Amino acid sequence: MTANLLAAPPARDVDGVALAVVIVIFVAVAVLGFLAARWRRGSAPAGLKSLDEWGLGGRGFGGWVTWFLLGGDLYTAYTFIAVPAAMWSTGAVSGFFAVPYTVVLYPIVFLLMARLWSVSHRHGFVTPADFVGGRYGSRALSLVVAVTGIVATMPYIALQLVGIKAVLTVLGIGGGGNAFLQDLPLIIAFVVLAAYTYTAGLRAPALIAVVKDLLIYLAVVVAIIYLPSHFGGFGAIFGAAQAKLATPNPVTGLPTGSVIPGAQSFNAYWTLALGSAMALFMYPHSITGVLATKSRNTIRRNAVVLPLYSLMLGFLALLGYVAIKAGTKPIDVNGAVNPQLVVPQLFLDNFPSWFAGVALAAIAVGALVPAAIMSIAASNLFTRNIYRDFLKPDADPASQARVSKLVSLLVKFGALIFVIGMDQSSAINLQLLGGIWILQTFPAIVAGLYTRWFHRWALVAGWAVGIVVGTVAAYSVVNPATHAHFGGSIAPAPLLGTPVYIGVTAFVLNLLVSAVLTLVLRALHVPDGRDLTRASDYGADEHDPKVEALEARADEDRPPVTLPPA
Amino acid sequence: MSDEPPTRAPGRPGPYIVVGVLLAIGIAVPLIVPVYAHAEPTLIGLPFFYWYQMLWVFLDAGLLWICYGIVRREDRRRRDALRAPGAARGDRR
Repeated sequence: MTANLLAAPPARDVDGVALAVVIVIFVAVAVLGFLAARWRRGSAPAGLKSLDEWGLGGRGFGGWVTWFLLGGDLYTAYTFIAVPAAMWSTGAVSGFFAVPYTVVLYPIVFLLMARLWSVSHRHGFVTPADFVGGRYGSRALSLVVAVTGIVATMPYIALQLVGIKAVLTVLGIGGGGNAFLQDLPLIIAFVVLAAYTYTAGLRAPALIAVVKDLLIYLAVVVAIIYLPSHFGGFGAIFGAAQAKLATPNPVTGLPTGSVIPGAQSFNAYWTLALGSAMALFMYPHSITGVLATKSRNTIRRNAVVLPLYSLMLGFLALLGYVAIKAGTKPIDVNGAVNPQLVVPQLFLDNFPSWFAGVALAAIAVGALVPAAIMSIAASNLFTRNIYRDFLKPDADPASQARVSKLVSLLVKFGALIFVIGMDQSSAINLQLLGGIWILQTFPAIVAGLYTRWFHRWALVAGWAVGIVVGTVAAYSVVNPATHAHFGGSIAPAPLLGTPVYIGVTAFVLNLLVSAVLTLVLRALHVPDGRDLTRASDYGADEHDPKVEALEARADEDRPPVTLPPA
Repeated sequence: MSDEPPTRAPGRPGPYIVVGVLLAIGIAVPLIVPVYAHAEPTLIGLPFFYWYQMLWVFLDAGLLWICYGIVRREDRRRRDALRAPGAARGDRR
């Protein structure tokens, strides 16, 4: 990341109109968030007294709501800020890979998520760790998946705050000397978010996502129609981008980036796309969105129409190049160049204040939706797979919901303190690591959907190897300009030597260790855990009864005297 | 654990093979970078590298739409076969 210090930080003016629009939209969204507690409640009692109600919105979201919810959940504010920022500073390899990533994502979702939905519906699983625990009969494996999910999600929440911060900075708030006053708007935004998430659970982000997505589509469509013609067409824009990215970096003497990747980065490009796509639906917040749908096929139908968001993301990425041509100057309050300000600044410079306000509000609200879902998903993991599994096995649904609500507050305040108290770059580093880490839960979750071949302890060992290798490799990447560690997510693959995404290297090792150890443990006759699921569960749809109901019925039907031998 | 009662009648391999191939195409082809890592031909000023990848948004959506149709049809057949009155009770998956 370039940090050309200027002599004197320019004073930012507050754009009153844009700020007013942002505040009005923010207040409207907050009201909507609180009202969401009453939305689609049906016969459930007030107060959302179970995780199915609070944490999964009653498990009843249909196609439209799911489209908005998952769109708002997966394409986060940080994505909207970071992808154009990466395009603006280094070009295609670190920025535009987001498009193939979110394209190949959907065949993977189509393949896996209907099975996960079915088995979770039958057994009442709320989290991916619930499924792993039930499938392998291993609390250790379930704990490993839960902890990875929580740890990987926390920095992701923090980065949503970074997204809001970028908007506030461009609006001219957040300067000045007083540290508390500087962060006050951010604190207010998060307190409001925490309050309505606590009250309404998953229904709040689901309802807000509709508003946020419509605003984002509006902003991107208008920008992509108006801005290129205003700046002389895409030909001129790509010419300017080419010229900027070919300029050698003053420290390393190498070009800062490229508009079209050269042959040496082909493997980095596709492994980044594939690895990220495999990782995304291992994140607990994505799975929360899937399990909140009302039928087995809702997620498959959505996989057909969700790619529309990827098209929007592609256009948004191109705005990074538009900003190069437009000469946008993303100068932070301390006077340094901060690429994350590129898109908000582009809107503020080139549109009337009120429309810039709408676009900036869309980004800020876009941070609230995923932050809410992520905090719900992380607290569900804690409640189900740590609190219930290890601390209080007899916790009833009402107390689980109570614990989850409280933990969701803790998670959000943790993220807030993280962003205010620590350097932004540590949040970014941790999120990079989080992507590598969450990918290491893929073998346990995905293989489990199809086969019980892997041994539970082999999966635990594979996970551990993947985490250690991935972390060490990511630490060892040194930024050539700043000499800082965690300089990127690409490193030469062992044996091959070609640069690839570290997450994929670690994943391959993880899989190898899991497979070899499975053979060893089987040979040694180390016992498998008890599998609660059966083959028929993976094809169950919404009309099939839950396993609880099945077993109750079986008990009634069965005369005690004719019990078959077990 | 026993597999009773089944939720669907046994599947036919054909539809699942077709869907598997289509999904594999949808995942693998957009990742073959050498095919599209060049500037020409441009489309309204966009280099090939950019518009080709964005085109795949539509191609993948189309592939998944076809897959959805095939899977839903076969899925319905399997459920109807099981739920229809007089369906073979001993059908095991």
